[in-house]
Amino acid sequence: MEALFAGVVGTLTACGLFLMLRGRTFPVIVGLTLLSYAVNLFLFSMGGLNTHAAPVIGESLSPSDPLPQALVLTAIVIGFAMTAFVVILAIRARSELGNDHVDGKQGDEEPPR
Amino acid sequence: MIAQHLPILPILLPMLAALVLLGLRLDDARQRLVSIAATALLVALACMLLQLAGSDEIRHYALGNWQAPFGIALTLDRLAALMVLLTAVLALGCVTFACAGEDAQGSHFHGLFQLQLMGLNGAFLTGDLFNLFVFFEILLLASYALLMHGGGKARVAAGLHYVVLNLIGSALFLVALGVLYGATGTLNMLDMGQRMAALDGDRAALATTGALLLVVVFSLKAAALPLYFWLPRTYAAAPAPVAALFAIMTKVGVYALLRVESLIFAGTPASAPVQTWLWVAGLATLALATLGALGARDLRMLVAYLVLVSVGALLAAVGMGQRASDAALLYYLVHSTLVAAALFLIAELVDRQRGQAGTRLVCGRRLNQQRLLGGLFMVAAIGMVGLPPLSGALGKLWLLQAAGSEQGLWLWALLLLATLAALIALSRAGSVLFWASHKGKPGNQRVRAGQLIGVLWLLAGLPLLTLFAGPISGYAEATAAQLALSEVVSTPPTTGAGVRP
Repeated sequence: MEALFAGVVGTLTACGLFLMLRGRTFPVIVGLTLLSYAVNLFLFSMGGLNTHAAPVIGESLSPSDPLPQALVLTAIVIGFAMTAFVVILAIRARSELGNDHVDGKQGDEEPPR
Repeated sequence: MIAQHLPILPILLPMLAALVLLGLRLDDARQRLVSIAATALLVALACMLLQLAGSDEIRHYALGNWQAPFGIALTLDRLAALMVLLTAVLALGCVTFACAGEDAQGSHFHGLFQLQLMGLNGAFLTGDLFNLFVFFEILLLASYALLMHGGGKARVAAGLHYVVLNLIGSALFLVALGVLYGATGTLNMLDMGQRMAALDGDRAALATTGALLLVVVFSLKAAALPLYFWLPRTYAAAPAPVAALFAIMTKVGVYALLRVESLIFAGTPASAPVQTWLWVAGLATLALATLGALGARDLRMLVAYLVLVSVGALLAAVGMGQRASDAALLYYLVHSTLVAAALFLIAELVDRQRGQAGTRLVCGRRLNQQRLLGGLFMVAAIGMVGLPPLSGALGKLWLLQAAGSEQGLWLWALLLLATLAALIALSRAGSVLFWASHKGKPGNQRVRAGQLIGVLWLLAGLPLLTLFAGPISGYAEATAAQLALSEVVSTPPTTGAGVRP
């Protein structure tokens, strides 16, 4: 299970990183989203991976750590808000700068002042 | 009663003010009143905190009475109190300046401003690593919106970079947190420091990796060399009161580095390499930012690079990691924050009176109030460069004195060269803006009372820092001593055996 989990997190991170290095805002946002998925999964696993272990003392023989679940919830909420914000920002940039390039310019054009 | 709950008030007060400002539909005048009143109250609160922290006792405030290391704790020590006071003083100047008209260019300026203050105060006061992340996000989210205040192409373009970079930074922060929690089983910084020192084998390597990732994240916030390229454009594009408040944002990174170094790294083998990296990165930032300042063709860009120069000096001082250098760093940090903020505000005033030419360093229209602005600019420039009689000279001198013989060789050369370069760049800027600009008739824009009060409030810090250099440096030394002490003892109030995963 650990190997699979690590593979999933690694693949998500790699894809996210690749997309973030693209030149247009949309792939960058998708890349950010993938990265935040990977980070959330990673956070989720930081208390150790186990099955049939409810985070309640007395319900299972070895209760799992409840803290990562609380943390990942916070991280998801914050990540969600940030993604929404960056989407709006990208749309705004598209309409103000006239293109969806991350630098706000196409090719060798001078950046807007 | 009130003294007991004092550590949380600097977080609650801006939050309540923000709720009032964002929730109730007040008119402009009332919004300004609420915002200024809340910020002034924050200054008073911060003074009380400073007094409280002056007793040298580190106070822990357990939120919801969940005892540390399990619950979330706020920690009030000398360093936190100093940073909160600096934030409050800076914010009062910015908000007074903004009330003279800048705030009405977009919506919700004051509400967002208070939210940013909440995030800043929280980041300084928290003793919990995850809480630090949350407060970072609060201050960043507010800063994203404040950066776009008023709109415009340059702001949107700079904002996109700033937001994306900081989102990546936040993701790295979370990864670092995950690794550290996985290895040490705690999020309380004091507790984590103790457990780090006790780890060995694989776990120690894992925990060190996590802590090093934290250093990368905070270097992004502090704008250390490979990670600073976002700063000049962003700061130059931000509206003046926001850029002035952002002067403290890089210092949040420096503060976090100082904390991580004294609490988490102390006593681990990674401590020495991290200090060396910070030292090298600081000096390299100093050198490159100096070149940037010499090459800047716009006053705002110039000030942004000068902010970077001061960040470089501060990081190098963090890298020195001695008690004397920590104390010197704190004094210089206060000074450089105030003076950089004042320069950003003055740049805006100059911009208003120069019409088309703006703050670009070219011949332009004669300024309407040339003497007033020229005088303000000169005082701020003297402070920024670090010429006597103002506090910049004292701060730099102290930094230079704090450097050891081997380190001194590099620091003396680079810092003094940077000072010379700043002197050249600012004199050139000043002579172009105030002497070589005489095209056409001056406009009729005048500096508004609120704007002048804001700038003077910030500039007043410089002579005060010089006059009261004795007590302030005494406080800085005591703070450094407290930091050094926390490296040795670092006992959280109740050291329970935490649940290890």
